[in-house]
Amino acid sequence: MTERLELADSAWQRVSKKYIVVDVVGYIISAVMIVAISLVPLVLFQWSLGWIPPVVIGIVFLITIVLTPRRVRAIGYQLREDDLLFRRGLAWQRFVAVPYGRMQLVDINRGPLARALGLSELRFVTAAAAATIVIPGIPAEEAERLRDHLVSVAESRRAGL
Amino acid sequence: MTTVTEGRFTDGEWHRLHPATPFLRGGLTFVAIIGIFIVNLRDVIIDNLFGGREGDDGEPLVWLAESGYAGFVVLGIFVLLVGLVVGFYFSWRMHTFRITEEVVEVRSGILFRTNRKARLDRIQGINIQRPFLARIFGAARLEVNVAGQDANVQLSYLGSSAADELRGEILRLASGTQRAEAEAGTNEQLPLVSGDAATGGVIEKRVSELLAPELDPAIAKRESVVTMHLGRLIGSLVLSETTVMLLVFVAGVIVTTVLTGELFAVAILLPTFIGLGSFYVSRFTKSLRYSIAGTSDGVRVGFGLFSTSNETLPPGRIHSVQVTQPLLWRPAGWWEIRLNRASTSAAKGAAGQANTTILPVGNLTDVRRVLELVLPGLVDPESIALLESGLTSKGGDDGFTNSPRRAAVLRWFSWKRTGFVLTPDAVLLRSGAIWRRLVVVPLPRAQGISLTQGPLERRLRLASINVHTVAGPVSAKLGAIDSATALQLHSDAAAATIASATNDTTHRWGVAAAQPASAPVPPAPLAYPEDTTS
Repeated sequence: MTERLELADSAWQRVSKKYIVVDVVGYIISAVMIVAISLVPLVLFQWSLGWIPPVVIGIVFLITIVLTPRRVRAIGYQLREDDLLFRRGLAWQRFVAVPYGRMQLVDINRGPLARALGLSELRFVTAAAAATIVIPGIPAEEAERLRDHLVSVAESRRAGL
Repeated sequence: MTTVTEGRFTDGEWHRLHPATPFLRGGLTFVAIIGIFIVNLRDVIIDNLFGGREGDDGEPLVWLAESGYAGFVVLGIFVLLVGLVVGFYFSWRMHTFRITEEVVEVRSGILFRTNRKARLDRIQGINIQRPFLARIFGAARLEVNVAGQDANVQLSYLGSSAADELRGEILRLASGTQRAEAEAGTNEQLPLVSGDAATGGVIEKRVSELLAPELDPAIAKRESVVTMHLGRLIGSLVLSETTVMLLVFVAGVIVTTVLTGELFAVAILLPTFIGLGSFYVSRFTKSLRYSIAGTSDGVRVGFGLFSTSNETLPPGRIHSVQVTQPLLWRPAGWWEIRLNRASTSAAKGAAGQANTTILPVGNLTDVRRVLELVLPGLVDPESIALLESGLTSKGGDDGFTNSPRRAAVLRWFSWKRTGFVLTPDAVLLRSGAIWRRLVVVPLPRAQGISLTQGPLERRLRLASINVHTVAGPVSAKLGAIDSATALQLHSDAAAATIASATNDTTHRWGVAAAQPASAPVPPAPLAYPEDTTS
């Protein structure tokens, strides 16, 4: 395996380690639900090959959960001079750069578990759906500070649509 | 604040729509119902007077006339009629609009009042439509497009010449130029419809409006006009996927008939032919009199034989441009051009296609002209050469930074042609050897740049670049670029986006045109090291 993509000037802000818990718990809940549904053919109809789907699904979820800490550590963002840079992904890496002036709105979302751990999710929305940045797992006060900062820099760099 | 120099509609006062509006917007159905009623009534009267057929119970009106309720029914219908007329009249009275220096504002509704304001510097396009019926009555529908779902301002209906005049005035206000300058300019002021002053007869005026050329020759410079060639239009319809599907279908029917010996399959053919025939005819008539022209207020696209439509897209409202050539069109050398734009218009474009297809079919000369109109930042000879090699070049050393040889694993035929150019104003993405495609994104409109790499691409040291724009038919994505080059393109394009967005003044395009102080930087393509390892 050749080396991963890395941008030249990288001083990434990482998201909180506590976000690993949020992500893992979320995956466990959906894994339990989907495995339960996939057990239906085996339990109700006594289908002989019915054990394959739950086992495959279980293994996929296990790998996902095991890799979660690394995946969360791979999430990062940078507040550059004129744009917001965001990265995520291990096998499928993605880097997005969005100029501050393109901002349409900023959302702060908090799920129940994230709220218990004092975390927030920040959504930076632009006119293009694919250029919308979602940064999960930011401590709540920092998220609000970040939002206010983004709004003020967007205001000073406003451009047409 | 009304000054002498203000236009007819831009005095900041409230104005009303064309008096025939309720009739044109749906009153016609109403008239038809009354017509049917009267025709039926005539039968009843004739029957009663001359002692016609007996026991004709099938007719509801006959039954009514024979029962004792006829008086109530007639009274009820009369009340309904009066109510509708009064309602239409008040809805017309309450539907008013005004244009100020900053906004277009519309008020409508009797019980539920609606007030909609659209900022002039956010206008994405202005569309004037003339359905056939409205055209006969000399009326037109004007639609001001702004970004967002269901966010357009509709003024239906206006007088035909008033609509043209109003569009000119809205565009002038939106551009930020002053009226005095505008009148000094060559093509800002729309002339009244020819024959308007001279004859004055209503019928003659209508006829001259109907026969007037679709595009008024005074609006646009002659050399900027692109029109649809008739033979090419027919050819493009014949050489389309629809025809291929039809041939496959017919072949299937023939094979089925021969194999089974039954004729039932042939019966399916007739409705298919009728359906497709009407499809071809409607696409054909809607593309007739198609013209694209450059005006001082942007690109103007007009089309239609009976029902006409024409739209003005101000500068800087085009978010990305895609030129494609299907394989079937290659021998003829035809291309299609599509756009991404922020607004969604209710109006269909030419040939019943989405109005994002700005050139349904055209040869290389047409493509060159249309690209000049939609990409005003790329008109110097160097950029034109780049655009042309983006269209027809087979790859190699042609100004584009192309994919390395190892990209052939992912792009079997097109790796030589897969490449990009970044100029200070735009990014050009070229791909496809069989289905040729060139995407151009003006950087002031780019919403963000992303760089992605999957496991397979990582093994091959390749990556993909995606320039995000507003939603539309064009997706500006280029895969299988050398990963080091892609990293550099990502940071360069991000920087160029910011720089070009800062210098962008197209939201008030007239102001920038009035003061061409900043010398245009010659758009030299940014250099990339050619990757030779494979």
